[in-house]
Amino acid sequence: MDVDKIKKRKYPVQNKKIAIDIPKDKWEKCPNCKEIIYKTELIQNNEICPYCNYYFRMNSKKRIELITDENTFKEFNLNIKTSNPLHLKDYLKKLDSISKDTDLDEAVLCGTAKIDKEDAVICVMDSYFFMGSMGSVVGEKITNAIEYATKNRLPLIIFCASGGARMQEGIVSLMQMAKTTEALSKHDEAGLLYISVLTDPTYGGVTASFASLGDIIIAEPKAMIGFAGQKVIKETINEELPEGFQTSEFLLEHGFIDMIVERDYLKEIIAKLIKYHKRVTHEN
Amino acid sequence: MKTKSAWEIVNIARNPMRKTALDYINIVFDEFIELHGDRCFKDDKAIVCGLAKINHNYYTVIAEQKGRTTKENIERNFGMPNPESYRKAIRFMKQAEKFKRPVITFIDTKGAYPGIEAEQRGQGEAIAKAMMILSKLKVPVIAFVIGEGSSGGALALGVANKVYMLENAIYSVISPEGFASIVWKDGAKAEEASEKMCLTSKDLYDLKIIDKIIKEYDGNSYVKVADEIKKLILQDTLEYKSKDYKDIKEQRYQKYRNMGEYIKDVK
Repeated sequence: MDVDKIKKRKYPVQNKKIAIDIPKDKWEKCPNCKEIIYKTELIQNNEICPYCNYYFRMNSKKRIELITDENTFKEFNLNIKTSNPLHLKDYLKKLDSISKDTDLDEAVLCGTAKIDKEDAVICVMDSYFFMGSMGSVVGEKITNAIEYATKNRLPLIIFCASGGARMQEGIVSLMQMAKTTEALSKHDEAGLLYISVLTDPTYGGVTASFASLGDIIIAEPKAMIGFAGQKVIKETINEELPEGFQTSEFLLEHGFIDMIVERDYLKEIIAKLIKYHKRVTHEN
Repeated sequence: MKTKSAWEIVNIARNPMRKTALDYINIVFDEFIELHGDRCFKDDKAIVCGLAKINHNYYTVIAEQKGRTTKENIERNFGMPNPESYRKAIRFMKQAEKFKRPVITFIDTKGAYPGIEAEQRGQGEAIAKAMMILSKLKVPVIAFVIGEGSSGGALALGVANKVYMLENAIYSVISPEGFASIVWKDGAKAEEASEKMCLTSKDLYDLKIIDKIIKEYDGNSYVKVADEIKKLILQDTLEYKSKDYKDIKEQRYQKYRNMGEYIKDVK
């Protein structure tokens, strides 16, 4: 494979003249360059703005379509639901309404799939569901997926997209960091491959647990990744933050991720990495 | 006796005159030898590490340390560790395993420091790695939450076989101020938040996140508290001495594996 193309993809500058009378449900405005883009065109372009290369956040179902071989994803159905440990008013109602809007049960999809014919366990967080935050259900689903990967000697791929621990479940959410990390330790000690893919945004308790523990850590370009939120940092130090702070490029420069990979080549690179580790995996 | 409100407990836990880790360490152990540095970047003083003993039992101690005076607080970065603190802690966790010493941690922090340099040097990675190293240790880990146990900065030292908590300590995913500002978009509702967050020792015991509450008495009770800490350390030392490392690891695994509040068999 031509490795150079990973960072060199050029987007053709297209004719910017677009008809103004397009129906609202058929176009999207790029938050970065403000250009109007046809939704079908945006989807065909893997949700990347064709004008400025801005990455729209991808939901978990589309991500699975992008990364896994067609019709190979089999979700683990745990049939669990949060019990609202802090008894917060409106929390369950809010979850129900997000669930309806996104057609998802919770902020992560976990299952087995083939990636370029290679078997893997894949977990994909969804920033459209409660900002991908991790409460009891997300923690349990991810832990269960990691344990499945360990038991069946499979590589594990986690796509992170999360604001961090879910505040609405208090201390129980915090403990999901320990729970997922414990499970990853067993996967690691079994000599198995874990690839963590950081997408926009990856923050807080997710950064401070499984997101940062990959054997290989990949990020999408210009994703925002950090531990503390920018507002908290600004309030603490009372200073402006440097340009490009907490972007993927910033993390690469400081040595915290292995590579930045364009969305179009993610599947190819992940499949290649799995193949590289296959022999080692089967020796044990 | 009147039970305290969660907000009263938050204020006791945060009181600058409350006893810090070193106050307890000096009484609990016969001897404490502090050792410094992460061998990479610096000696961050928000976490102190060292060797300690009680009778003929040897321990590795890792503790979050707040200051009392302004000068001390600046030196200790107000008890908010930078990544170097966690990397120093990791160094001593590994050393504990090499020399087969139990790890004793003391948790007392407002949280890991949120700063530009902390992010540049991987605050999230440092915390994640500390948790992973603790989860892999073949020696027992015993954690004491003595003051404020806030967020990942606290949990980095809290993945343990036994977690004990002082009666008036707090342990939470975020500060009550942060909770109010995120959940209710109103940072001024911190008091109300503290009542909702399940952050007191009693709440955590009921949620089965801690193993035991260490009673605090009114007045200057910290010597009694230190005695109880010592008793628990010796008791656990004895318990784990006869255990195989696989059982020690598995017990720690199962402890966290069972944490989570959800309803099963949802259609």
